[in-house]
Amino acid sequence: MEQSFEPKIIGFLCNWCSYAGADLAGVSRLQYPPNIRIIRVMCSGRVDPSFVLKALKEGADGVLIAGCHPGDCHYESGNYKAMRRYLYLKKLLKEFGVEDERVRLEWISAAEGARFAQVVTEFTETIRRLGPSKFKEKAASAGKGA
Amino acid sequence: MAEKLKIASYWAADCGGCDVAILDTHEKFLDIVQAADIVFMPIAVDIKEKDVEAFPDGYIDVCFFHGAIRNSENEHMAKLLRRKSKVMVAFGSCAMMGGIPGLANFKDREGILSRVYFESPSTDNPDKVLPQTETQVREGVLTLPAFYEEVKTLADVVDVDYFMPGCPPASHQIWNVFQAIVAGNLPPKGSIVGASTKSVCEECPRIKENKAIKRFYRVHEIIPDPERCLLEQGIPCMGPATRGGCGAACPVANQPCRGCYGPLDGVVDHGAKYISALASVIDANTPEEAAKILDQIADPAGMLYWFGLPASLLRRVRK
Repeated sequence: MEQSFEPKIIGFLCNWCSYAGADLAGVSRLQYPPNIRIIRVMCSGRVDPSFVLKALKEGADGVLIAGCHPGDCHYESGNYKAMRRYLYLKKLLKEFGVEDERVRLEWISAAEGARFAQVVTEFTETIRRLGPSKFKEKAASAGKGA
Repeated sequence: MAEKLKIASYWAADCGGCDVAILDTHEKFLDIVQAADIVFMPIAVDIKEKDVEAFPDGYIDVCFFHGAIRNSENEHMAKLLRRKSKVMVAFGSCAMMGGIPGLANFKDREGILSRVYFESPSTDNPDKVLPQTETQVREGVLTLPAFYEEVKTLADVVDVDYFMPGCPPASHQIWNVFQAIVAGNLPPKGSIVGASTKSVCEECPRIKENKAIKRFYRVHEIIPDPERCLLEQGIPCMGPATRGGCGAACPVANQPCRGCYGPLDGVVDHGAKYISALASVIDANTPEEAAKILDQIADPAGMLYWFGLPASLLRRVRK
């Protein structure tokens, strides 16, 4: 079982920078692991921590949040809010016994296709090393009141 | 005259404050017993479990069930009362969301039993005796309820018709809900009753100006300005993410909202929503500075799920 483990990763990418960066990685034909499922959001500041928790609960082994570099947010301050939410969320995950490396925040611009490929490669390896998230396994039974 | 309503109130894992809140309707309580017979309420009426078992199914019109589900006895009583009641109300934060007992989900069963029976400074238990569900004694077998791995909400074990939040539910809201019951004027099944659809901030009379937090305080570290928003003064107040209906009782009394009325409509996780709100008003644009400010929050996870850990997405600690 362990050997066939393929991490499931959800990526919340902001419309203006990181999604364009992922697009650039694609049109540049850069190779990166297929484990990430990308969800485009208008801004990293739109990523409510409950999106991340819900992803983890419903089967994700890792969650990547990516937005514009500080100072470059299309909406001026969305990425700063994302950063502060991420810091608090990591504290919370640790208290629940979930490895906080399962959630990662990165700044990826529209010009950084290579960086996007590198981040996804690294992150997939991190999650592969951590193994399947305990959170989803137990959450499945807890939801039925077990 | 039409037949009187039959109501019941039962406590599972909670402090009993919900029953006190019912009595805190003061002289209106006389109106309540005028319109309804209390057929089961261990704090006030001497009716035993076997009497409830003898009721026909659906005999009770409305059951106000308060308290979380901590052990097998709580679950047994929830199922019994569900069967005997036409309408089941999860009454108060514990039944609705797990409440204060739900904070135990930050530990597991083994950790709790070990702390209570082996480790606490006042414990003297050289034989390492733990409570057993069955114990053989000369006279026969003694039984105790089984202590569960995690605290559950009422809706985790039975079908619930209405949810009434609050720790405890505000007495004026209890009266409102009771009047609605008597008038047969209840909302669709699954609704939250006795609360507002807006946040605590909407009801809070404090002056709200500009939120830019540089430092967090615990309540004992600061004497707050009685007129201004507590959150603006650096006291983490859960008002922005919490359902109103209480009349902002805590902020009015100079204490921050702790979130006992639970999240607003459409929110999947109360704590996560409060992270969103709080992170938006922290005045720091570098991770270092933001981390320093966040470190001033004494119990970052407990604060978010003070009343609702078992109803949250994470539910409990993982090992």
